[in-house]
Amino acid sequence: MIRFEQVSKSYSGGVQALQKISFHIQPGEMAFLTGHSGAGKSTLLKLISIMERPSAGHVFINGHDLSKISRKQIPYVRRDIGMIFQNHRLLRDNTIFDNIALPLIIEGYGLKEIRKRVDTALDKVGLLDKARYYPNMLSGGEQQRVGIARAVVNTPPILLADEPTGNLDPKLSLEIMRLFEEFNSVGTSVLIATHDLGLIARMKYRTLTLTKGRMVQDGLQAEENQGAEL
Amino acid sequence: MSLLFKQRNSAGANQRKLGIVAKIIAFFVGNIRHWLAALGDIWRDPIPSILTVAVLGVSLTLPSIMYVVAKNAQSVEQHWQNAAEISLFLHTDLSDKQIQTFVKQVQLHAKVEKVTFVSNEQALDEFEQLSGFGDALNLLEANPLPNVLIVIPLAEYALASPAADLLTELEQMREVEFGKLDIEWLRRLNAVLSLIKDTMGSLGVLLCISVVLIVGNTIRLSIINRKEEIEVLKLVGATDGFIQRPFLFTGLWYGFFGGLIAWLSIEIMLYYLSGSIVRIADLYQSDFRLSGLSVAEMVNLLLISMGLGLSGSYLVVRKQILLIEPDSSI
Repeated sequence: MIRFEQVSKSYSGGVQALQKISFHIQPGEMAFLTGHSGAGKSTLLKLISIMERPSAGHVFINGHDLSKISRKQIPYVRRDIGMIFQNHRLLRDNTIFDNIALPLIIEGYGLKEIRKRVDTALDKVGLLDKARYYPNMLSGGEQQRVGIARAVVNTPPILLADEPTGNLDPKLSLEIMRLFEEFNSVGTSVLIATHDLGLIARMKYRTLTLTKGRMVQDGLQAEENQGAEL
Repeated sequence: MSLLFKQRNSAGANQRKLGIVAKIIAFFVGNIRHWLAALGDIWRDPIPSILTVAVLGVSLTLPSIMYVVAKNAQSVEQHWQNAAEISLFLHTDLSDKQIQTFVKQVQLHAKVEKVTFVSNEQALDEFEQLSGFGDALNLLEANPLPNVLIVIPLAEYALASPAADLLTELEQMREVEFGKLDIEWLRRLNAVLSLIKDTMGSLGVLLCISVVLIVGNTIRLSIINRKEEIEVLKLVGATDGFIQRPFLFTGLWYGFFGGLIAWLSIEIMLYYLSGSIVRIADLYQSDFRLSGLSVAEMVNLLLISMGLGLSGSYLVVRKQILLIEPDSSI
């Protein structure tokens, strides 16, 4: 589903963010991406959503080479990827309903369909009663769930999350992770960047570990060596 | 539409089944929604919009007033067009038949619009009535007045120098004793009028350019203010066209309100001025009245100002939205 082939990314000024990264996430797979801040987690996610282009190598989604995607086509690629951010990135002036409806409005859905899908998404994240609220009236955990609802409302085949539990306490974090598992169980590929090692250890999923832009480990995070690696 | 996943029905499933008519309706409904949404955005953050619209209104008022002045000047000028009237005094020894042939001959002249023949009897009657010398005139044995032919040239020969040329041409005819045309003042009037028209034209162009720039700048600032929102839109897959649309509609609204203000201020000014104009017109024994903007002209004003607003926003929207890319902490 998501395949990296010898991907390197360097920023102007010679900073090497990623070096020769290769991996393949299968359709319907759920994986974690971990490493210290600055290890290149965000850069890797940005390469998938084409916020950045690789300096060398190729990124494939569902077999399509992203280097062949023109600037004009980028929006259509992003519609296939649900993205979740640490700071939620909700529109403060819009209601929860409008925030979640955004991807559907952009794709030109009819009002009836929008209502149906937004309600389904709100129901999944357990916020059906807060559709008319504004983001600042919700707690951090609730805002993050709104962000997730927005990411899944148009049922994309891929979900990317960048530190989705960064600001949440362990109990809320686990709730959020359970949500991701739920979406994964219906066939969505999920890639979650996080440095919450405790959480990863409890979840037992494939873990890609980055250190200084290199992939140092790809596989099930073994509990005994997690301290040594990071 | 999904580029990467062919089997995926995104937007489409329901929409593709719509017929052409339904699609057209959906297009208009969609645009009206954006149009109203843009109005809502203006409403939510009214201060910068009000300032911009006020500046637009003033900028548009000036050229529109010039237009109204030019329009009224034209109707005054039309009264003065009679000035390009050539009087031909004919020799007294012509027979009626000769006169008739001559009138026909002048009538057929390529540069002549209209010919009025005033016989010496008519002239005498008129003189009798106007002068009050009725009784005294009866003492005259013969009518001392000549037959006169009043020639009105075609519009393109009514200007000072072609009218003079026509006069010389007509004077050369054997039946004419002499002709008369007061050209100097006509020439000056025409020069002044064309100067005024040119000045107004160039000022109008400048003011329209300023409207475009003002709208452009305001839209640019509002795009910068909504940077965060635009980033989010780009992240969830909005095309540049989708993001641009509300800003273009905002430009359209600015133009609309600016045009409305311009129209209102013209009406107020006309109302304010009409009293003194009537007084002046009365003193000149003229029934001249100031005419304002007709409905068609008002619609034109609104269309032009909306066009200017739209082009102002179009100028900046594309580039500004290209500049904003979701970045830093995704």
